[in-house]
Amino acid sequence: MDPSSHLKPIPGGGGGDGPVTEADLHAFADGQLAETRRAQIELFLRDRPAERQRVADWRAQNEALRQWLDPVVSEPLPLRLPLSSAAHGWHRGPWRAMAAGVLIAVASAGSAWWLRGAVDDGAGPLASWVAPSSSAADGSGVAGANTLRGFAYRAAVAHAVYSPDARRPVEVSAADEQALVTWLTKRMGTAVKPPDLRGVGYALIGGRLLPGDKGPVAQFMFDGAKGQRLTLYVTREDAGRETAFRFGQDGPVNVFYWVDKDFGYALSAGADRAELLRVAQAVYGQLERR
Amino acid sequence: MRTQDEAAIVACIPSLRRYARGLVSDATRADDLVQDTLERAWSRFGMWQRRGDMRAWMFGIMHNRFIDGVRAGRSRPEDSVGDELPEIPQRATQADRIEVRDLDRVLQRLPPEQRETLLLVAVEQMSYLEAAAIMGVPVGTVMSRLARARERLRAELQGGAPAAQPAVTLRQVK
Repeated sequence: MDPSSHLKPIPGGGGGDGPVTEADLHAFADGQLAETRRAQIELFLRDRPAERQRVADWRAQNEALRQWLDPVVSEPLPLRLPLSSAAHGWHRGPWRAMAAGVLIAVASAGSAWWLRGAVDDGAGPLASWVAPSSSAADGSGVAGANTLRGFAYRAAVAHAVYSPDARRPVEVSAADEQALVTWLTKRMGTAVKPPDLRGVGYALIGGRLLPGDKGPVAQFMFDGAKGQRLTLYVTREDAGRETAFRFGQDGPVNVFYWVDKDFGYALSAGADRAELLRVAQAVYGQLERR
Repeated sequence: MRTQDEAAIVACIPSLRRYARGLVSDATRADDLVQDTLERAWSRFGMWQRRGDMRAWMFGIMHNRFIDGVRAGRSRPEDSVGDELPEIPQRATQADRIEVRDLDRVLQRLPPEQRETLLLVAVEQMSYLEAAAIMGVPVGTVMSRLARARERLRAELQGGAPAAQPAVTLRQVK
């Protein structure tokens, strides 16, 4: 097609500042004409009902498209989007391969957060990877190696505060799990769902919303057969700060934590490292079945 | 990178997501496109050099990523079949109301370049010049794509006179 055909004048559209073209009609429909030209086109359309109808139809299309798509602008941003150059650097850095290779990614399907990875039965890659890195946290005496910071520290504190509460450990109980999921998803701005840990002896008690350092954080609480409690803390973190899978301690609370992309996860319990690992393995295995 | 530049990029994200949703319809795939665009933007930020505005630069990146994806997907039959076929059996007969479902369906059946053009103009409300710069084509091309897209929508959604041949959509008004 001749790309300049839109500039061809429409017969009978003369007068004023030159003949009326097809392009003028589009520009009229889109509000992209200067005022004098706009007035000319309006005059031109006055006794041309067919052209007037076309322009009206185009405007209706514009309106329908906007009504359909404008709500996207006010949707919460998916957490997987890299929101800074730092986040980008993390994605491209050496950690990327490690994180992907070892275990975790946030599923892009957006249905829920899930842990993904090549984890086999028993002492899989997780255990083999974690063991060397956490040797210092096993009480070998290296100062600072197991000191909790950032969200891992907050997770430990939250665990210490809420898990001993016999009567009100959570805001929304597992009996209303769907409501809990809906609520946390809305407040977190992304799909958040508790893992099912019954297979390893932990039942969901419920969850709550907590303030993190920059925004809302979700905490899920589970309890074991002997009443021992375990919490999973899910937060949005600046990627790049923590990247490895680590253990730390805060008083009696042991924490297994990691950051994947923009998410921080912390699994806290009074249980020992081996028990935390066992639970973590179950979570990964659960993803395999999903 | 300066903080305000980062903020300018982040400020583009909502409209990039809107544009992507119109381009590929499926929300997850649309955000894949946004993510791809952002990663490209962060890695190429040095090439921006503050020439022109950030929004045009970001939309230009998305345009390239989208077209690359379209080209890569062309070998898949489901993406190319039917692109040029008017959907006669489901043609709407009433003009006043356009259903979103129909709109999405017809939009996705437009050739990708026409879909881009219509969305940039109608939804992002860009000037024809801006749209031309983003897609790297002359303004005349923007106008002809726009005209074709609009006539196709009219024919399929609004009961307008069917555009039997694309060239007809640019015919001179009698």
